[in-house]
Amino acid sequence: MGQFLKGKAHVFGDDINTDYIIAGKYTKTLDYGSLASHLFEDLDPGFSKKVSPGDFIVAGENFGCGSSREQAPIAIKYAGIGAVLARSFARIFFRNAINLGVPAFVCDTRGVEAGDELEIDLSSQRVTNLRSKAVVPIKPLAPVMVGIINEGGLVPYLKKHGDFKLPD
Amino acid sequence: MGRTVIEKIISKHCGRDVTAGDFVVAEVDLAMSHDSTGPIAVEAFRKYGRGRVWDPSKVLFVLDHATPSPNERVSCLHSLLREFVSEQAIRLYEVGDGVCHQLVVEKGHVRPGDFAVGTDSHTCTYGALNALSFGIGSTDMSGVLLTGKLWLKVPEVLKIIYSGRLAPGVFAKDLMLYTIGKIGAAGADYLALEFAGEVIRNMEMSDRLTMCNMSIECGAKAGFMEADEVTLSWLEERAQGPFEPVFDDPDAAFSDLYEWDVSGLDPQVARPHSVDNVVSVGEVLGTKIQQVFIGTCTNGRLDDLRVAARILEGRKVSKDVRLLVCPASRGIMLESMKEGILPTLVEAGATVIPPGCGPCPGTHQGIPSDGERVLSTANRNFKGRMGNNRAEIFLASPATCAASALEGRIVDPREFFEGKGA
Ligand code: SF4
Repeated sequence: MGQFLKGKAHVFGDDINTDYIIAGKYTKTLDYGSLASHLFEDLDPGFSKKVSPGDFIVAGENFGCGSSREQAPIAIKYAGIGAVLARSFARIFFRNAINLGVPAFVCDTRGVEAGDELEIDLSSQRVTNLRSKAVVPIKPLAPVMVGIINEGGLVPYLKKHGDFKLPD
Repeated sequence: MGRTVIEKIISKHCGRDVTAGDFVVAEVDLAMSHDSTGPIAVEAFRKYGRGRVWDPSKVLFVLDHATPSPNERVSCLHSLLREFVSEQAIRLYEVGDGVCHQLVVEKGHVRPGDFAVGTDSHTCTYGALNALSFGIGSTDMSGVLLTGKLWLKVPEVLKIIYSGRLAPGVFAKDLMLYTIGKIGAAGADYLALEFAGEVIRNMEMSDRLTMCNMSIECGAKAGFMEADEVTLSWLEERAQGPFEPVFDDPDAAFSDLYEWDVSGLDPQVARPHSVDNVVSVGEVLGTKIQQVFIGTCTNGRLDDLRVAARILEGRKVSKDVRLLVCPASRGIMLESMKEGILPTLVEAGATVIPPGCGPCPGTHQGIPSDGERVLSTANRNFKGRMGNNRAEIFLASPATCAASALEGRIVDPREFFEGKGA
């Protein structure tokens, strides 16, 4: 990851569950590209066609609640989404996203409108809305998660370390 | 400062005394996975290039989410898992054995004080047995299969003490829907929920499992209870090995402590499309329904089928309704055959589905059509959950579901329990 991520916002509300991210009927596959084509289908049937690589998902509270299905962040990853920003995430989804190396950021997303261009500065941990010029801080990740995301996800992390290393 | 059940269980599994907020690496006693999320875990595990899982005796796989297989894609995923478990000498529950969470508790794979994880959000069910258990993703599971460990943040505990007595015709499902409606879909995010009080102590194990099963619906990391005589007698013939129940210290610290008298509670219904959209049954009386589903890891147990049979005995399901019944396990199916419950249900017009998840996750076996309304004993009513985003799902107790199936519309089940005592 470079220092900046830039993308167009697709805006969602609160309590977006993993069934909405990817419906259960599509999850029975290891063809991850096929998951991406059904992303958010039950909420917005044409969604996967509207997404360009690098776009952001911007949501309210409790994004990714419900099922533990990892097909949800996998669908987001394979749709080419550059980052997910939410005011808060459901616990399992957030872990899954980090484990897969999908950038997920907790920040104040109020005021972001569909189509806004956002810029994430990873070094200063801030998000700028290029339309409204609003700047919001990103809530810091737990150090163990920083370690995992720095390796690109849990599989590369464990391949390298062989075990979990908690920072002191 | 005293410690909670959760702090004690995690301390035991990471070899030092921890308190809420600490980050730890804990050893797991049980790792469970199934046909929906398991294949991704296996794929991730293979990437480590290590042949063996850390301890096959602590791993379980279950084929339950799409069983018997509805198509060749699912069949191939089932085969992938069968190959993995046979190569690794891991225990597999096959097609028709039942829903993963029911099998784990019924077959004694979890005991008080254990730490269990599963690639399914309703793994929190096992907290009813005084264990710490919760759902994880497939990649996290690959790490558990490799190391036998998981990193986690020790959660704070939100304790709810229920006092009073549930009225006849009002059940654990109603109490849990009420709880979720009150605290909201994110009300217990990152917290563990402890259920306590005389109402819980008066519950059978099946009711306790229903409560803990749905703790994830308000975002809780885990739901749990202390162990008592009910727990011990349930475990007597099941537990695979010794165990030691864990209790809160008298001066344990909780994030919050609620005390609710629930004596006057009405039967509850969650309306579409979220589990916290809960009202008393009176507010949705008369809502027409086309399908009723009694089953799942929430309410597919023997006690649930018994209640349904008591209501349906000698009666007929409305001609406008399809009643689907799915016993949560092979054992429950057998027992309900022996007790005459299944014949009663079938005579009343029910269609019986082989043990497993049935239509709950929307893959097969009872997908509603456009505009239809389903009344279900499951734990989720998200749009599209049962396979069609143009259908609506209402959630209720087995009693409300059975009584409503007779009428073709939502009714108050209490008329079937009047004067009979709880
Ligand atoms: S019955 Fe439904 S909620 Fe329970 S494990 Fe199966 S799909 Fe999940």
